[in-house]
Amino acid sequence: MLRATLKSLLGRKLRLVLSGLAVVLGVMFVAGAFVVTDTLGRSFDQLFATAFEGTDVGVSAKPKIEVSEMEGEQVASTLPAAAVQQVRNVQGVKSATGVVNSDGARVIGSDGKVLAGTGPPRLGENWVGTDDLLQLREGRGPTADDEIAVNALIAKQGKLKIGDKVGVLTLEPKKMFTLVGIWGYAGDKDSIGGSQEVAFTEPVAQKLMIGRTGEFNMINVKAADGVTPEQLRDRIAATIGAGYDVKTGDQLAEDNAAGLKEFLGFFNKILLGFASVALFVGIFLILNTFSIIIAQRTKELAMMRALGASRRQVIGSVLLEAVVIGLVAALLGLGAGVGVGAALGQFFASLNDGFEMATVGVPLSAVVSSLLVGVLVTVVAALLPALRASRISPVAAMQDVATPDRPLTKVSVAGAVVGATGGTLLAIGLYGSGGLWLILGGVLVCFIGIALLTPLISRPVVALLGRLFSWSVPGRLGRLNSGRNPRRTAITAAALMVGIALVTGVTVVMDSAKKSLAAQAEDTIRAQVIIGGDQNGPRPPTFDPAVIDKTAQIAGVRGAAGIWQDQAKINGELTYVTATKDLAVLGDAFGGLQLSPLKDDQMAVSTQQLTEKGWKVGDTVSVQLSHGDERRYTITESYDEDAMVGGYQVPFAAAKDFGIPQPVFGFVRLTDGTTVDQVLPAIKALVADSPEVSATDRTTFIQDQLADLDTIITMVQVLLALAILIAVLGVVNTLALSVLERTRELGLLRAVGLSRGQTMRMVTVEAVVISVFGALLGVAVGSGLGAAVVRALKDDGIDQLVLPWGGMGTYLVLAALVGVLAAVLPSIKAARLNVLAAIAHD
Amino acid sequence: MTGTQAPEPMAARAEEVWKVYGKAEAQVVALRGVSATFGRGRFTAIMGPSGSGKSTLMHCLAGLDTVTRGTVHIGGTEVTGLNDKAMTKLRRDRVGFIFQQFNLLPTLTAAENIRLPLDIAGRKPDPQWWDTVIETVGLQDRLKHRPAQLSGGQQQRVACARALISRPDVIFADEPTGNLDSKSGAEVLSFLRDSVREHGQTIVMVTHDPVAASYTDRVIFLADGAIVHELANPTPETVLEAMKSGEVLV
Ligand SMILES: Nc1ncnc2c1ncn2[C@@H]1O[C@H](COP(=O)(O)OP(=O)(O)OP(=O)(O)O)[C@@H](O)[C@H]1O
Ligand SMILES: [Mg+2]
Repeated sequence: MLRATLKSLLGRKLRLVLSGLAVVLGVMFVAGAFVVTDTLGRSFDQLFATAFEGTDVGVSAKPKIEVSEMEGEQVASTLPAAAVQQVRNVQGVKSATGVVNSDGARVIGSDGKVLAGTGPPRLGENWVGTDDLLQLREGRGPTADDEIAVNALIAKQGKLKIGDKVGVLTLEPKKMFTLVGIWGYAGDKDSIGGSQEVAFTEPVAQKLMIGRTGEFNMINVKAADGVTPEQLRDRIAATIGAGYDVKTGDQLAEDNAAGLKEFLGFFNKILLGFASVALFVGIFLILNTFSIIIAQRTKELAMMRALGASRRQVIGSVLLEAVVIGLVAALLGLGAGVGVGAALGQFFASLNDGFEMATVGVPLSAVVSSLLVGVLVTVVAALLPALRASRISPVAAMQDVATPDRPLTKVSVAGAVVGATGGTLLAIGLYGSGGLWLILGGVLVCFIGIALLTPLISRPVVALLGRLFSWSVPGRLGRLNSGRNPRRTAITAAALMVGIALVTGVTVVMDSAKKSLAAQAEDTIRAQVIIGGDQNGPRPPTFDPAVIDKTAQIAGVRGAAGIWQDQAKINGELTYVTATKDLAVLGDAFGGLQLSPLKDDQMAVSTQQLTEKGWKVGDTVSVQLSHGDERRYTITESYDEDAMVGGYQVPFAAAKDFGIPQPVFGFVRLTDGTTVDQVLPAIKALVADSPEVSATDRTTFIQDQLADLDTIITMVQVLLALAILIAVLGVVNTLALSVLERTRELGLLRAVGLSRGQTMRMVTVEAVVISVFGALLGVAVGSGLGAAVVRALKDDGIDQLVLPWGGMGTYLVLAALVGVLAAVLPSIKAARLNVLAAIAHD
Repeated sequence: MTGTQAPEPMAARAEEVWKVYGKAEAQVVALRGVSATFGRGRFTAIMGPSGSGKSTLMHCLAGLDTVTRGTVHIGGTEVTGLNDKAMTKLRRDRVGFIFQQFNLLPTLTAAENIRLPLDIAGRKPDPQWWDTVIETVGLQDRLKHRPAQLSGGQQQRVACARALISRPDVIFADEPTGNLDSKSGAEVLSFLRDSVREHGQTIVMVTHDPVAASYTDRVIFLADGAIVHELANPTPETVLEAMKSGEVLV
């Protein structure tokens, strides 16, 4: 039996290649995800190992608020100069240097634009001289308050040279400096992992980066000879007390890398999620292939049964075939995945100038998951066909089996049951307390249910679609062929459905969210002009508070309110808080609320937050901001969150303890009769010095804020492209197999005068009908799923349902094109058939 | 190797046709210089032992296969040397086929199958001829059925109707009754003979069966790729006699 299996395997190369390809692509995605995560992870390890090479022990104050990499940006904590002295006195310390290095120093290049920086930090530092790692390339360190040195990366990106006047944005608005030095790093590196670094004199660094002189972010300690970093760490920790984190350089490197790896882990999960979709679609393809192969092999299998093979042996032979295909495909996929992982890593590196990628490795996780997934997926897909094969009776060997049309009742009932189960799961997930997994599971089960129902749906829909082509003989034949095997058409179309449904669903949700939020914002925001920036780094761009005051002076401006924002812990829970100079002005400019001013120990909380937390006006809560001590505030007022910025308003006095004590937005309300055009130029002139910040009218502002949602749609489309590609392979596969199966028919048609062109058209129509049917299903199912999600989000403010007709139309047209493309090879094959050989074929 | 010089105008003609399959060692000479003329309105049978080249000759005559040497004419057109497009058109408009089995498209009804060559060509059937054909094959009440719902004999009759409907210059039938019982076979054969007698159709039929051959006007005997004997107005007995004679049984 084994020999026979392997022989029949090799005898059907085309089918193997096509069904194997689905596994290869899916596994490639899986392996690629693991490889890129591993490679980048090791790159980060290397990077931080380099960064902390010169640090035996690092001392920093425990952050007031710990923010993980996933939740937002950690505000660097600060420590007083006295602590540096204290550490210096510890026995075994060779040197202890107070270091300022905070993210947020944005250098303006020679073209007047802020240097791009999306990933790696833009550090502002105090100049502490050169060492083994840091090496001056040109000039010297800054000695005067208006001097800076920058690392070579900045100099290159900004095309800066010694003596240039360079603008730098920090906590304070743009300040001009003279560039006196450019440095690089050991090993001829321009940067460490793409970080931009600017060094000021110590007092300037403290003032601009921390906001307080006499404070540092960290103490960099070197151990005297004979003292290990660990010993020194323990000694310092014992001396300096509980308010500090004391860690060895290795620990610091590890901690820093761990933060980024958390991100990678998340990224990995997303990639794997999309890989699962691709593999899920692949299952359809493989299932279809095996079903067709087995239908075609009916005689052969029946013969084996007649010769005494048991059912078990038949199942075994089919599953063995699956294992072999799965294994080979998994190995190929693994190989391709390493390539993809390397390419993704390169892509990431290219996004971050100066990022050095570690050598690409193949982690064990990639190998294990690839093989497991490849084999498992193939075997699962082959299970049903294997069972069907085992039910072939030996008599079939003697009969001319025109595979009888099995009734669709059973499969349809199963589909209805499965679909209903999926719908229920989805409903519980959406409306109950189910959460994401239940929703995803529900969607998956729904897909299976719909796929099972598809044969039933396919009959009327395919007949209807086919009408479009029935005006010509090839068209009519193609239509008849596509309706010929409802199961096969259905599975092929269902595979295409999955990808398109997900894309459509996401688009429905995003578009609805966009429209709803935009409408709400239009309703709520009364300010006609908004000052603010695009948040393209880890921190929102802030601007000089003076801009707000000056704006308020402009003729035609009724009021201008700046808002300051930061993360804070309220009763121990991480949340965002807002502060403004005058709540009354903000209330008027933003949502038309009338709020009384807050005293220094008072705060206002939205009714929504009060309900959620179970608090009431009059309660006292404790608030920990990025800086300063924990303070208690009494809730004196509540308001409607929909008509205000943020859920918690703290008094303006607290804003100085925010991570960045500068406003992020300014809301400007004009006097009646003043048009936006009259004041906008004046306001724009005020922010001219803050290149990341702009003043825009309300509509533009709202659209800009919601632009991220479009990015999500694009991302999902890109990531689902693979699943859709696999589905297209499925169409190719089905057609190729159909052409093969109908060789004699094609021969007959050619014999009675069907031309090559007509033959190709016939095959193409079949492909187009199947693809468009799949896309129609996808669009319909996606809209349904999207609408369900939107409906469930009603309470969260998404109250408008937007169906992306344009997008759906595009998918249908694309599907038709895909059909044409998928038909190219099979139709050529069909047209090339030798008429005689085809007639003789069996 | 004698082609009969038929007095009537010819429907198809082979001249010194050679067909060689394969190369060098594996070479098989299937036809060695066959010349034959098939007159208009005649019903000709081709007989001969298995492997003698009957099917090959027919395929070459019908433009389904190329000849190695020699020429083939259908009506006034030289078939040899036509490209695929012209060949397809020739098959569509001027040649009819009836194969031993698998003659019909399972997706189409009997009527649609019959109409297929006309549909492909984008022509409408002549209603009178349509009625005549349907009536002669006796399929009036089976037109809406699909092949799977028809008996083997009925299927072959549909195939005959399809071959006739476009009034081709010549119909080629390769063992059309090979898979049928004698009663259904007889039906199909008399139908073919009638279409020759009554409508002047030209038919070339390959058969092994002396009884089937007796429906025709003329039998050509092939052996080892060459014509070895001819018989006019055959009866089962004369055919059998010819087959028994050493000349035919090579
Ligand atoms: N495609 C081919 N390649 C090689 N040889 C072929 C091919 N087709 C036919 N032959 C050979 O040509 C010779 C004639 O074959 P043909 O099919 O014409 O015989 P036939 O008279 O129709 O036989 P039968 O009565 O068995 O149908 C045979 O020897 C056969 O093996
Ligand atoms: Mg033959």
